[in-house]
Formats: sequence, C-alpha cells, structure tokens
Amino acid sequence: MSYLVGHDMTGGYGGADILHSCSVSVERGQIAVVVGPNGAGKSTAMKAMFGMLNLREGAVTLNGEDITGLKPQERVLKGMGFVPQNNNVFTSMTVEENLEMGAFIRRDDISQTMEQVFSLFPILAEKRRQPAGELSGGQRQQVAVGRALMTKPDVLMLDEPTAGVSPIVMDELFDRIIEVAKTGIAVLMVEQNARQALEIADQGFVLVQGRNAYTDSGKALLANPEVRKAFLGG
Amino acid sequence: MMNASHMTNQGHAVKRNLLLYLLMAGLLCLVGVVQSWNVTFSLLNMCLISAIMALGLNIQWGYAGLFNVGVMGFAALGGLAGVLVSQAPVPEAWAAGGAGIVGGLIAGLVTIIAGLFMWRRLAHQGRRRYWLTGITVLVGYTLMRMIIDPAVSAIEAVDPARTGFLGGAGMPIIFSWAVGGVFAAAVAFVVGKISLGLRSDYLAIATLGISEIIIYFLKFEDWLTRGVKNVAGLSRPVPYETDLNQSLAFQEFAANIGLSVVDASSLVVKISYAILFTLVLLTILWLCESALRSPWGRMMRAIRDNEIAASAMGKDVKQRHLQVFVLGSAVVGIAGAMLTTLDGQFTPTSYQPLRFTFLIWVMVIIGGSGNNFGAVLGGFVIWFFWIEAEPMGLWLINMVTSGMPDGHWLREHLLDSAAHTRLMTMGAVLLLVLRFSPRGLIPEVKR
Amino acid sequence: MVDFLNALVLLGNFVLVPGLAYGSQLALGALGVTLIYGILRFSNLAHGETMAFGAMITILVTYVLQANGVSIHPLPTALLAIPIGIVGAVLLCLAIDRLVYRYYRRQRSASSIYLIVSIGVMLITGGLIRFIVGPGDRKFTDGERFIIKARAFKEMTGLNEGLAIKTTQGVTVIAAFVVVALVFWFLNKTRTGKAMRAFSDNEDLALLSGINPDRVVMIAWIMTGALATIAGVLYGLDKSFKPFTYMQLLLPIFAAAIVGGVGNPIGAIVGGFVVAFSELIITFAYRKVFMYVLPENMEPSGMVQLLSTDYKFAVSFVILVIVLLVKPTGIFSGKSL
Repeated sequence: MSYLVGHDMTGGYGGADILHSCSVSVERGQIAVVVGPNGAGKSTAMKAMFGMLNLREGAVTLNGEDITGLKPQERVLKGMGFVPQNNNVFTSMTVEENLEMGAFIRRDDISQTMEQVFSLFPILAEKRRQPAGELSGGQRQQVAVGRALMTKPDVLMLDEPTAGVSPIVMDELFDRIIEVAKTGIAVLMVEQNARQALEIADQGFVLVQGRNAYTDSGKALLANPEVRKAFLGG
Repeated sequence: MMNASHMTNQGHAVKRNLLLYLLMAGLLCLVGVVQSWNVTFSLLNMCLISAIMALGLNIQWGYAGLFNVGVMGFAALGGLAGVLVSQAPVPEAWAAGGAGIVGGLIAGLVTIIAGLFMWRRLAHQGRRRYWLTGITVLVGYTLMRMIIDPAVSAIEAVDPARTGFLGGAGMPIIFSWAVGGVFAAAVAFVVGKISLGLRSDYLAIATLGISEIIIYFLKFEDWLTRGVKNVAGLSRPVPYETDLNQSLAFQEFAANIGLSVVDASSLVVKISYAILFTLVLLTILWLCESALRSPWGRMMRAIRDNEIAASAMGKDVKQRHLQVFVLGSAVVGIAGAMLTTLDGQFTPTSYQPLRFTFLIWVMVIIGGSGNNFGAVLGGFVIWFFWIEAEPMGLWLINMVTSGMPDGHWLREHLLDSAAHTRLMTMGAVLLLVLRFSPRGLIPEVKR
Repeated sequence: MVDFLNALVLLGNFVLVPGLAYGSQLALGALGVTLIYGILRFSNLAHGETMAFGAMITILVTYVLQANGVSIHPLPTALLAIPIGIVGAVLLCLAIDRLVYRYYRRQRSASSIYLIVSIGVMLITGGLIRFIVGPGDRKFTDGERFIIKARAFKEMTGLNEGLAIKTTQGVTVIAAFVVVALVFWFLNKTRTGKAMRAFSDNEDLALLSGINPDRVVMIAWIMTGALATIAGVLYGLDKSFKPFTYMQLLLPIFAAAIVGGVGNPIGAIVGGFVVAFSELIITFAYRKVFMYVLPENMEPSGMVQLLSTDYKFAVSFVILVIVLLVKPTGIFSGKSL
C-alpha cells in the first residue's frame, strides 16, 4: 500500500470543481510525477493533498492514516514537506537561515540535518552565508528543497521545481531529487517538463481536466504512443 | 432598467437621507434655543465651509480612491488667494523689491527647467545623472537666492508693522473664492504630476509632507503673506457690523423685531454669509452630482474599483487621476478662500493637519465616502460635534461631578480637560464607523 | 591651523553633536515604524502618539521619583522610570492591536484602510494624552546638565570656539547604541528574531514553516512600544515634552524610515542620521565657518545659509518627497507595498 495516497479527490478553490475523482499516490523511496497539459489540475491535486484546499469528495491518507481534515501546518508535523512553485525562499535571509527557518517546528538539534542537506546540495554549503535572493534560479530551487527537507519529512512534494530554469540546471535538479528519493523519502512532483520528469519517475500520473487519463510507470508512459502524441511531442 | 424593489429601495434611501438632514437641522436649532442663535449661525457657516471641503476630498477619495492627506495645504492656498486678491497693493514694496522678486522667480523657474532637462537628457547614465542634476539645481538655486534675498529684505523692511509685504490686487474679496480654486488647482496639478504615481501609503505620506512644505512657505515668506504677523482686516462681501450698528434704518429694524442692535447686526451678517455659502455649496454639489452620474463619473469609479482592468481597456488612468486630484483640490481651495473671508484674516499658523486634514477625513468617512450628500452631511455632523463637544463635555462633567465639592482636584482636572475629549471622541467615532458601518451615514449608491 | 580647528569645533558644536543626538532619536523612532511596516505591513500614523504616551508615563513616574528624593545624579532620574513607561506603552499597543487592528488583519484589509484606522488611533491616543497631562510644555530633566561645558572646553584647548556636550545628548547616543545593538542581536541571532525577519520577508512561507503569526505580531508591538518610549523619553529629555511636538516628529521619522528603505532595520538607523544631519547641514549658517577658513578679504557678507532655520522641519519633508519620487525603496531597498 502506498505511503501517501489521494483517493478520488473531487474539489476546487471554492467555485467550480477542478478535480474530478482524481487519484495520486507515491511510495517511500520512490519518485511519483504528475504531468498533463496546462489547466489539467496538476498543482491543484498536489495542493489538495497538502491541505491547501478543501475536498468536496475523496480522502487523503498518509501511511494508512486519514489526514483529509488536517491543516497544512498539521500535515507538516505529520511528516510532509511542501516546496511551493514561487516565493519559496526567504530572499533577504542567508541560505543557512533559510534552512534554520525550514526546521522552525523542530526543537531539537538541527545541525546534523543541516549537514545532510549540505551533502545533498554541496553548492549550498559553499554559499551558506549568502542571501538567498542573490542566488541563481537553480540554486534558489535547491535552497527551497533543502528548506523543506529540514523537518526530516517522510514525503516531499514539489510544485514544478524546474519552472523557468535552464536545461542543464534542470538535469542537475533532477539528479538531486533522485538522491533525495534514495534516502527513503517519498517524492511527489508536479512537472511541466513531462518528458524529462517521466524519465526519472517510478510512477507517473497523467491528468487531463482534473481526471486521471493514464497511470503507469514512468518508462511505460514514455513508451505509450498515445501519451507521446498528446503530451510529449510525438 | 429599474424594477419595483429597486425603486422602493431608492425611495427608502431618499427618505432616510432627508431624515438625517432634518435631524442635523434640528440639532442646529436646538443649539439656537439652548445657547444662542448667533452660535447657531456661526456653526452653520463653518458647517457649510466644512461641507465643501469634504466634497472636495470626496471627489479624490470617494470617486477615485486617491489618498490625499494634504488637504490642509490646498485650504491654505485658498486663504492666500483671499489676501492676494483683496489686499491693496503696497507701492513702496513693489518699488523696493518687485523687480528682484520677479527676477528671482524667473531664475527659479529656469533652474527647475534646467534640472528637469538634465534629468531627462542623462536618463541612462546612472550616478552621473544624480550628480549633474544636483549640481545644476544647486547652482541655479544659489543664483536665485542671490537675486531674491535682497529684494525680500527690502520688501519686508517697508513698514513691517503694517505691511512689510507686496500686498495684493485690491479687488473685491469674493473673486478670491474662484482665484483660490485656481491657485489650489495649479499647485495640485504640479503635485499630482509628480506624485500620483505613488502607491496609496506613499501618496498619503507624500501629500502630508507637501502640505507641510506649503504651510512652511506661507509661514515664513513674509514678503508674500506677512508670515506669522498675519494679514488682518480683509475686506468682505457682506456689510460690517459696525456700519449696521450705526445706521438709523437698521436700528429701527432691530427694534421692530425685538432684538438689540448688536445682536441683530451680528445675526444679519452671519445670515448673509450663510446665504452666500449655501449658494456656493449648492452649486458645487450640483456640479459634483452631475459629474458623478455622468459617463466620466462612471469611468472614474471603474478605474477606482479595478485599475488594472481599466488600464488594460485603454483608459488613461494617470490622466484621470490627475483630473480628479486637481478638481478636488480646487474645491478645497474655494472653501479655503471662503474661510479666510469669513475670518477676515489670514493666519498661516492656524493651518494644522489635525483641523484641516484629519478632521476632513473623518467627515468624509463618517458621511459616506463616494457619496456627495454623505460628504456634505459628514461635514455638518463632524464640525457640529467638534465644536459642541466642549460645551457638551463640560455640561456632562458638571453633572457627573456635581456631588464633588468645588475645587476638588479631579473635578477641576476634568473640567480643564473637557476640550481634549473631542480628540478622543473624533477618533472613537472614526474607528467605530470604520468597523461597524464602513460605508458611512449615506453610503455610496452603486449604479 | 588654529582657525581651521575653530571652524571644526564650530561645526562640531552646532552640527555634529546635535546631529548625533537628534539622529539617534529619529533612528529609534524610525526603527519602530519600520518594524510595524515590515511585520504588519502598514504605515502607522499613530507612532508619534505612541512615543508621546510612553514618554508621558515615564514623566509621571519621574515626578513621583523626584518627589521621593530618588536620584541617580549625574544622570537624569527619568532613566529609572523608562521601564515603567515601556510597560505602559506596550500595554497600550497590545490593547489597540487586540481591539482595533486585529479585526482588519482577519479581514485581510487593504493597507489604505489600516492607514485611516491609524489616524483614528492617533486621534484617540493624542486626546488621551492631552486629557491626562494637558497640552502644555513639561520639563523633567534633572541631573548634571553638561558633560563638557563650552567654557571648560575653551579653557582646556585655548580655542576661540567652545564645544558643549549636554548630558542628555550623551545619554541619547549611548542609549540608542545599546538599544540598536540589542535589536540587531535579537533579529539576527535568536530564533524568534529570525522568525520575525522571515515573517516580514515572506508571510506565506513563514506560515508554512510553522511560524505563529499572532506571536510575531505581539512581539512586534512589544518592540515598537519599547522603542517608541525610549525615543520619546530621550527626545523629551533633550528638548522638552509637549504633546504637539510628537505629532510633528511623525514626518521626520517617516522620512528617516523611507529614506533608509522602509521595512529594513539598518535603513531606519541610517535614515535617521541622514535626515537629522541634512536638517542641520542645510539650515546651518556657515558664515563664521567661512570666516575662519577663508582669507580675510573673501569673507562672506550674508549668513551663508541654504535655508533659514525656520525651514528645519521642512527639510525632512523635502527629503522625504524627493526619495519617494526618485527611489521609493530607499537606500537599502526596503519593501514597497
């Protein structure tokens, strides 16, 4: 049974429903990727699983436990981490301070966790005393991910982590994300760059207009001719 | 298309507003009975002027959402017009320094133009732009001071006890009401051009700062305004009480209606002003209402409610904001000139932000921002309570402390401090209305 | 050489020393304004009245202390009373936040609403202060008046010009230094302080990180109340306490905060000194300085004043307006709304 599951999620931001019986799940130590055209509801699905919007129907379970009613901060305490797409770092604070703030809810010694993050993202160790706002786009994303990792989450959710970065930086980021998954964390990712994302995905969810269109392993989806034609440019 | 319920709603609203206005009139009459009719008409005159100022601010805030915290400056400019229009020119002063003043002002204008020119020309040159513009302005400013300073000293040396300034145009003071509007509009144009691009908080602070600068200028440029020596004895559009007192016909008239001559003349003067002021108020109110209901007014409100959308639709937001800012300030300027006429003197130190800016804001918010009738009512209500708070407070404190012996420290202290309760009351009223009735007494009519 | 030294002493006495003192007072005031702007995201027009309130409580307690013969000569007794003044101002701020501002936070109101609300708070607080102590002038300084007297200086150095340093000026600069150091230590080295900076930087992310917004707001008001009281008392010690003056100080304080970059604490400090020194430098009469420095036949005839001293306050307004037009984010690029 998957670690984090969104079961038949139906809901939206208050008006019309964006999600229609949508299901997404991720295993520990695996990378699950949600792709689809613009407006498919990818980010909405992830935000629903994090509790940032109310579901009319459906449920979200974490390790078997129903967390549908919990607020985002409560889900963080349960071991979920979320990296927003925009405004995901404290630009006026140093890299190190960003990581400290990431671990705000923890009261114990965080230095070990910080060292782990620095070994995952070596460039951050170099720039630990620089304000995050001065870093390049790709480095900032690493700070954002590192920040989320400071609570030692069991699940890490990333909303379009490679939005607006160059291809080389994207490869680098994906490499880091693979490393993160190797440490046993369940990684759920929404991505615009479907092809590259599916290449590293253990499980892929293709959403169209808020519904599941295709669900399979990343490799299988990449090989699927319909998926290729519709979303991967043939 | 109006359906039946909309029409009854409108009907209700009109009845309700009429009731509010009648209540206000009733309060004024009550003062007449309890205190004196002279007080009532003094209050009425000031209420009329306050209503016009509130109308002006309402044009800026209610129509367009512009945050003008510099109302004081424009009122003072209106007052300045009163002086410059109606005072007799002082020929010796003109002879002594007129040329220097004119020369200096030209030099100042040239400096500003040169500065702007430098700024535009060096648009992409970073630091150099700041340095060169700064130096140009500094040099120009020094030149201007060299020309103007001796002229200023000469003018201020001419009979400083009675004049010491350039004087005015020697025309009837009633023209100053229009001229005041023009002065205010001109300054508002400049201020608006440079500062309307700022966000609301910043616009508020900028206008507050600019209004303080204007007051400083009026306070310390004696050659123009006599500064803190004030200009007293301004002419008026209505008869003087002393003239009436001495006229036999008037004495008879007073006897016929059973009042003392002094009381009668005072009342007649006040009522004359009231008639004039009411005429001006009604004219401006009619103009404002027409503007509000016109396509121009609808566009202004559309811009206020959603600036980005309006701008995307091709509306020149900056131009519109400037128009509104200038018009609203002009109205305030007219009221300022009327006030100086009523006072009979121009006192730069009397222009305080509390009385002339923040009080007007309270009037607009309480009355109902976005609604002209609301602004007028707000002007009446707030001014009334601003003045009556003291006698009412004293009466209340006397009642409450009647058990205490005379001279008891608490009683004395409370009686002395009665005047300050009005500050607290105004603040409390503002906060209560903002919280529980944010649309004010007469809310904006959504069309 | 002697002439040059005389000129320096003249500048020191009339520009440098008063500038340091006034700049410190403005800096402390601006720090409070910038904190509220950064955390609560509105311009608090009632800040001048908060300063006056804290100063008022301190003065009343000082009177009690003085009446009971308590003294810390040569320092002013008021310093002992400051903690109580702080408590008073902080309670006022917290009460007002709970009764007034909290509602608008829940509503997520626009910042212009907050500004109008702060006008209401300003009126109430101003009325309350005048109700309690009246509008008049109050002097409450005691202790040794001067650290160095002009005459003593002249005797020591043999120069023509004397440098006088008042005790209150010295106290102001030292107190400001200590307070600012404390504030910066708090904001940069403590977990709570960093949380506040995070909240000011990116509210949504801060909430996501589990930072408690109510606590942050409460601490912001506590710090502001304390800073306002200290600034208000130092100003009152140096000049005198008159409720009206504190409303006037509002604009130079806002000028300082905006010049430095509103929302940025370092900016508030720097801004305070920029405004203070600008006011003094622009309105100082340089005639005597030129007389010392230039050869005899080049002595100036006029006062050599850029602007008359009457315009002292106007200078800060002009600086404010210029900064708002040219670079609204200020020297250190604070926030813009």
